[in-house]
Amino acid sequence: MVDFALQPNSVPETRAKRKRASLRTALKRKSTAAFLMTLPLILLISIMVIYPAFYSLHLATLNKSMQRFVGFGNFEFLFKRETFWLVVKQSCIFAITAVVFKALIGFIVAHFVHNIPVKGQRKWRGMLLVPWVIPPAMSTLAWLWLFDPSYSAFNYTLSFFGIGPIPWTGDASWARFSVILVNIWYGAPFFMIMYLASLKSVPEQLYEAAAIDGANWWQRIWYVTLPMMRNIIAITTLFSLIVTFANFDIVRILTSGGPLDHTHIFATWAFRVGIEGGDIPLGASVSLFMFPILAIAAVFILRDINKRGNEA
Amino acid sequence: MSRRKLSRRQFVAATALTSAAMITAPYVRGAYAAGKLTMGFWDHWVPGANKASTDLVNEWAAKEKVEVSIDYITSQGKKNEITIAAEAQAKSGHDILAMPTWWPHAQSDLLEPVNDIMEPLIQQNGAVNGTVQYLGKLGDKWLGVPACVGSQIKGPCSRIDLMKKFANIDVQEMYPAGSAPKADNWTTDTFLKAAEACHKGGVPFGIGLGETSDSVDTVGAFFLAFGAEVVDAKGNVTVKNDNVRQVLEYYKKLMAFLPPDAPAWDDASNNKWLVSGKGALIMNPPSAWAVAKRDAPQVAEQCWTHGFPVGPKGRFAPFLPYFWSVWNFSKNKEAAKSLLTHLSQPASIEKMVVASGGYDLPAFEKLTTLKVWAEEGPPKGTLFHYPNPYNHQKLSISASPAPPKVAQQIYTQATLTKMCVRFYQGEAMEKTLAWAEGELEGFMRS
Repeated sequence: MVDFALQPNSVPETRAKRKRASLRTALKRKSTAAFLMTLPLILLISIMVIYPAFYSLHLATLNKSMQRFVGFGNFEFLFKRETFWLVVKQSCIFAITAVVFKALIGFIVAHFVHNIPVKGQRKWRGMLLVPWVIPPAMSTLAWLWLFDPSYSAFNYTLSFFGIGPIPWTGDASWARFSVILVNIWYGAPFFMIMYLASLKSVPEQLYEAAAIDGANWWQRIWYVTLPMMRNIIAITTLFSLIVTFANFDIVRILTSGGPLDHTHIFATWAFRVGIEGGDIPLGASVSLFMFPILAIAAVFILRDINKRGNEA
Repeated sequence: MSRRKLSRRQFVAATALTSAAMITAPYVRGAYAAGKLTMGFWDHWVPGANKASTDLVNEWAAKEKVEVSIDYITSQGKKNEITIAAEAQAKSGHDILAMPTWWPHAQSDLLEPVNDIMEPLIQQNGAVNGTVQYLGKLGDKWLGVPACVGSQIKGPCSRIDLMKKFANIDVQEMYPAGSAPKADNWTTDTFLKAAEACHKGGVPFGIGLGETSDSVDTVGAFFLAFGAEVVDAKGNVTVKNDNVRQVLEYYKKLMAFLPPDAPAWDDASNNKWLVSGKGALIMNPPSAWAVAKRDAPQVAEQCWTHGFPVGPKGRFAPFLPYFWSVWNFSKNKEAAKSLLTHLSQPASIEKMVVASGGYDLPAFEKLTTLKVWAEEGPPKGTLFHYPNPYNHQKLSISASPAPPKVAQQIYTQATLTKMCVRFYQGEAMEKTLAWAEGELEGFMRS
């Protein structure tokens, strides 16, 4: 005797119901919705970034005519080239100098803007963002005319003070200075706006407490502002380091890597070797060399952020 | 609902009738019966010059019933070279693509041989110069048809008045319009003296020492004039030789009379130098003169395009040909070849040369004496010697005779210019040569 009625179809039905319910629950979950909403971007990044990245890895393992697998042969070849090490050195000088000055100028200007009365602040913020908003290829053309070897507007102005003419793009040191200067001009507003946002989020009570403790201007910056801005500083520095290391347009337009290769950075030299020189695998290897450098930088910078996060 | 049944007999009869109709009906040619053809041509800087190419293509397309599509691709920012590299990687793109100088060799594995059209064209239009053979042919295989559009000689363009005044040289007498050059005394030594005199006169020669093609082409012609090969035709690095030492010494002397910022010059700098009236000579095709005609007519009417000075090993002028090549993955190779034949007919070539104001140069021997070069002005005859009508100088390209794939590296890395600048800036001769040797050995990758 059975004490319940046997219903042969009940088990699959229950399963289906459970499935539907779990699907509904999954869809209701915030993480699923977030995933679905970011899916278009994930797909876009996969197509535009991940696939080319792996493809360039593949290219970097081929010989010049792209018919033979050479493993790390291209990298071994590069390591023996004097010009390659010059490019590594210059890329580091270019990126580090530019990022340091961008951060410094951004920090100082952000403080100035922060101290402007709220009423007029928006106007200043807008004006200071202009260099960052103009496409760099366009603004660099204007800089090119300012630095023009024969008709430089800067040299014309300096001549009134008996200075110059300065070979802005003709001498190795001046050319390095010029490309870094333009990069700082272009990138400093980004730091400024990030730091300004960060400054605005520092609670006013902390400054009041510091003032009560008798902290001077420098102590307030060192013990209040900077610790509160640390994470933003780290993230913006990392972001800017990546973008500056991978810069192409400014150097390409201003100097094309010259004179005597003294302003080449990874991207411009990769273009010269890979596209203009018809050696795509070597060009891919040059551009991939940025990856380990940036990865090491990222590990150090992000590790620091985690540490502080845990302390908090 | 009724359903009509098709019997076996009816089916056979219908099939037979349809087949008969298909076979016996007259062949009706649609508007685009011969398919589609796409081409990527170089975007000419001369206003209106693209129209001549478009008209010629449309004329051919209407006759051959081919649907055509033309893209004019600029060389600004190396857009054309990027397109070549991209299409080669994708193995898809235009059927015909205009390729500058080194690119047919760089993509030789992917190009359709065009011997079947080149041989009749040579018979018809005359032989092509050695540089076109060097750049356009791999063994017996023609990699492209030399395009007159974009092809140019980068010879001296002198200021008649300034050369007379400061260097005591009458360039019009040396290269008279309408007759053969009388330039035996136009040597590299004379050139150096003239550079010095014009420098003293405050109108230095505007020769760049940067890494772009104008600088590289000029230095290359001087290297050849001194017999200074850095890599020989077999691909051996031969940079440590006395001819190279001699040309470096020569260039060091010449550089002292050039503008101090010449190492930073690009391809626009020399044009600006001439148009602004600052210098007595530049090395350029007539584009600078054409700009001067528009912007500074008083400068243009004093300009005279002529030949290179002769060096110890001959007289060489930089010639940069463009080629029209057909990809081997093209879907309409026959139509492509038919179009290239049409574009290479003397009448077509003349039309394109005229549209470019004499800038474009045909590579074929019989087509270097078109009326346009004799008539262009002011001053009249200024371009007469531009196409080298008397074969007075050997048309060459920097870094030759190195194998083209190696030469392309030497050219794009501007190795010769860099050697000159390093030596000029005080580096010891042997150190410069050792540096160059290291660079050149690196270019031997295959």
